[in-house]
Amino acid sequence: MKLKLKIWRQKNSNDKGKIVSYDIENISPDMSFLEMMDVLNEQLTSDGVDPVAFDHDCREGICGSCSMFINGEAHGPDRLVTTCQLHMRKFKDGDTIHIEPFRANSFPVIKDLVVDRSSFDRIQHAGGYISINTSGNTQDANAIPIEKNSADKAFDAATCIGCGACVATCKNSSAMLFVSAKVSQFSLLPQGKVEANDRVLNMVKQMDEEGFGNCTNTGACEVECPKGISLENIARMNRDFLKAKISS
Amino acid sequence: MSNVIQASIIKKIAMAVSGLFLIIFLFQHFVINITSVFSESIFNQFSHFMGSNFVVQFIAQPILIFGVIFHFVMGFVLDFQNRSSRKIKYVKYKGSSNASWMSRNMIISGAVVLSFLILHFYDFWIPEMNYKYVEFLPDDPNRYYDELSHKFEDLVKVVLYVISFGFLSLHLLHGFSSAFQSMGINNKYNYLVKTFTIVYAIGIPLGFSFIAIFHYLNH
Repeated sequence: MKLKLKIWRQKNSNDKGKIVSYDIENISPDMSFLEMMDVLNEQLTSDGVDPVAFDHDCREGICGSCSMFINGEAHGPDRLVTTCQLHMRKFKDGDTIHIEPFRANSFPVIKDLVVDRSSFDRIQHAGGYISINTSGNTQDANAIPIEKNSADKAFDAATCIGCGACVATCKNSSAMLFVSAKVSQFSLLPQGKVEANDRVLNMVKQMDEEGFGNCTNTGACEVECPKGISLENIARMNRDFLKAKISS
Repeated sequence: MSNVIQASIIKKIAMAVSGLFLIIFLFQHFVINITSVFSESIFNQFSHFMGSNFVVQFIAQPILIFGVIFHFVMGFVLDFQNRSSRKIKYVKYKGSSNASWMSRNMIISGAVVLSFLILHFYDFWIPEMNYKYVEFLPDDPNRYYDELSHKFEDLVKVVLYVISFGFLSLHLLHGFSSAFQSMGINNKYNYLVKTFTIVYAIGIPLGFSFIAIFHYLNH
């Protein structure tokens, strides 16, 4: 395949940045999108040009590192996949592909396609955990009976890899899908219910402080989420938040 | 208290509650207006009751006006905040691939509905307030039908009303079911909520359009 790539290039967080065009040839349809980027970077390096910086790690769709906005969509045109699992067969020979970083004030660009998603870490630190005394008297989790429906929903929520596609794709840069998944994965389970009120209040407070936009229920986040996290989690977080506010 | 109001989820819930309140009002407004198509005297009776009842005039009406102003002001404030949360825009953004036009453009449909409300207030509410509370004209329980009918003599006005009802429909198509999601209701009854949303969001504006066209053609 022969492609024209229009890629966002930005030297650092202070640089204004711009779209730069590159022509690339001999791309196999079986390559992953990141492999195509590797080929481009080889080409740029051999030409003495600074390679395009982009996040990647596992390349198996489970780490949440890769974060490109491809042809106007987070993780590109395919559904339920991260950029590393997107394959070039989704494009046609001669296509022009626009590649930009995930954009939100809360995800500032570090370089080229690499953005700082530490705002997600700070939200997690605000309450995305269960406090357990590990001094030797911890109860075996398997000894606690859990209704299957709740266990399934908690597990579904826990599949969120925190990639930030929800924020990137939302027209309001809202982080509600991410935060609601992290709240739900605990609040549905008996171990998580103990701290449920504080958790939802603190995580939502941190989310608001990070400057994410407000959710307007467009549903774009659910469509673009590589793990198919459901909007049901947002509804659950809304009612958990209201309950916690009233009872606190 | 200020922390409660500033929380993004509380703002969402406030928008949802005020929206549902306006949706209920809209239904009541429709029920009264549709009687004008069938019976002049029933429409006059309803209108006279609404226009002269103390509870309606001095308790329900101020609450309604507050609800309208709150919903619009909050809508514009939230839209401004949301736009500000992404200062550097995408060069290429394909919003239509993952969300409906209605859900992405509530501010546009809302702004059209607001413009319509200004026209509607100019047509009906301001003359009514002037009749009762400025000029203190004598009570006439039979004037309402003629006033309504007279307003729809102008084709341009009828067209403006029908276009506005179209945008109201687009606003409701997302807003109605979205209000339930905002209030934390997303369960096995979703299908019913979404079906009812479609029926209401198309049926009520269509009914209002019918009333306007009926009175225009009735001259």
